[in-house]
Amino acid sequence: MNEAWRRFRRDKLALLGLAVIAITVLVAVLAPWVAPFDPAEQFFDGLTLEGSPLPPDAHFLLGTDLLGRDLLSRLIYGARTSLIIGVAANGVAVIVGALLGATAGFVEGWVSAAIMRFTDLMMAFPALLLAIALAAIFAPSLWIVAMVIAMVNWVQIARVVYTETRALSQRDYIEATRALGAAPARILFRHILPHLVPTILVYATLGIATTVLLEATLSFLGVGVRPPTPSWGGIIFESQSYFLSAPWLVFFPGAAILLVALAFNLVGDALRDALDPTQRGRG
Amino acid sequence: MLAYLSRRLAASVAILIGITLVTFALSFLIPADPVRMIAGRNATAQTVENIRHELGLDRPVPEQYARYVLRLAQGDLGRSYVQKTQVADLVLSRLPATLLLLAGAIFFELLIGIPAGIFAATRRGRPADRWIMMASFAGVSAPQFVVGLLLLYVFANLLGLFPMGGFGTLSQLVLPALTLGIAGGGWYARMMRSSMVEVLRQDYVRTARAKGLGPVKVVLVHALRNGVLPIVAMVGLDVGFFMSGAVVVESVYGWPGIGQLAWIGIQRVDIPVIMGVTLVAAVGILIGNLVADLITPLIDPRVRLR
Repeated sequence: MNEAWRRFRRDKLALLGLAVIAITVLVAVLAPWVAPFDPAEQFFDGLTLEGSPLPPDAHFLLGTDLLGRDLLSRLIYGARTSLIIGVAANGVAVIVGALLGATAGFVEGWVSAAIMRFTDLMMAFPALLLAIALAAIFAPSLWIVAMVIAMVNWVQIARVVYTETRALSQRDYIEATRALGAAPARILFRHILPHLVPTILVYATLGIATTVLLEATLSFLGVGVRPPTPSWGGIIFESQSYFLSAPWLVFFPGAAILLVALAFNLVGDALRDALDPTQRGRG
Repeated sequence: MLAYLSRRLAASVAILIGITLVTFALSFLIPADPVRMIAGRNATAQTVENIRHELGLDRPVPEQYARYVLRLAQGDLGRSYVQKTQVADLVLSRLPATLLLLAGAIFFELLIGIPAGIFAATRRGRPADRWIMMASFAGVSAPQFVVGLLLLYVFANLLGLFPMGGFGTLSQLVLPALTLGIAGGGWYARMMRSSMVEVLRQDYVRTARAKGLGPVKVVLVHALRNGVLPIVAMVGLDVGFFMSGAVVVESVYGWPGIGQLAWIGIQRVDIPVIMGVTLVAAVGILIGNLVADLITPLIDPRVRLR
């Protein structure tokens, strides 16, 4: 592990990504103390006399939105939405995907075939359209959106874990354990799962980037988290028709989504290099 | 090859059946009652009952599924609740626009990704490589609706180089296709880079260098051919990615394709439209995967057929 950290540390971009993640988490947790204003308050002086939103100035640092609410405060609270969904949705996807993938890779016969054919089927659906259809069926709340994303995103990790489990269970040491009389569950949990941890960790990190992007996209399309809960995609959804006159309402939340997704991608990629020495220098 | 082809076709048909099962199940899960949606608020109980009978919704579930598949086989995707027309007609009339967008997106992703990947591979480990890989990550991490709005703001609003949206001329295709191509280009830059890195360490490349060929000729003539083929074969796998992207990009640019159709369907909770587009997109993905699977062994004899 120390060896992995030493390799990880060499990647300056990944460290930068780690810093962005740390700051975002901190800001999200401390939102009530960090945010300059109440994100839901519609300020009387938050709009011009004609009723249009204010550009960034000394009072409202990132400007105000169409209802005269402080954009910075909404972005800070929006970080909570993004991270809660990112962690919850991805957590469920990783657990479901890893369990199904490991099961399919470990047992043989029809159970394995059934699971893998089901992942084939899921891969045939465009993720966003499936998520939209699911979100249209269940009226979206924060947790429903998280579950919808999890239902779409478990597939990739299941396939990766399946491949690795298959390779692992054909190794000699597993054969030896089996010959010693270990129960299948014990082999799976004690002798195979620990070897899958690096892979799961990498895909869990990369998956958060995908999840944050999918949540933002669903909110932008109007089937994500419902207002008044601030969400980065939702802020852009609310203000996109005014973006020529109030571009800051699109660009600041857009930059926030990009930064967080990029940070998780950079960290995940560096983790892959650090945890898997055989892959080093290859890609 | 023939055995492989028929096995792959059989697998695709099996997945196709699975797809119809999923869309059928999804339309069952919807809390909104389609009969009420069609009949309207003030319908009498008798009218509701008649429509239910007409739609076959009073039959047993397996029979409903069988009827659903039969209708699909005849190209009937059901009727839109809102527009009161056949979903199949709506999809068909909009499909060409989406295919055009897809073609443009593939053009841009290869135009961006392949040169960037080649350049990064030849500069492996150096700053140029790092910056290109960083940019490729930024490309895949940028939400497409933000990229779309940003391109509109800069190239249409500030510079006036392209129209603000719409459909009909080539210049209207550039920005939407570029929006999709930026994200795809990020992936291709990474794949192209690792493919080229792999090829550049082969013995025959070393031989070409040793006999005195210049670096440009070695990379662009000898290495590129083997490096680029496996990558181009993957274009078929992009259909799914672009189908999701099309929903976003077409709604941002007002591009009249099936993505926009799905988006309009979302706004009005028009379930048959959403399901119809999902189904058509899934079939498109299936075809794309099949094409990729068939092309890869043709152009790369090292790939063994399973």
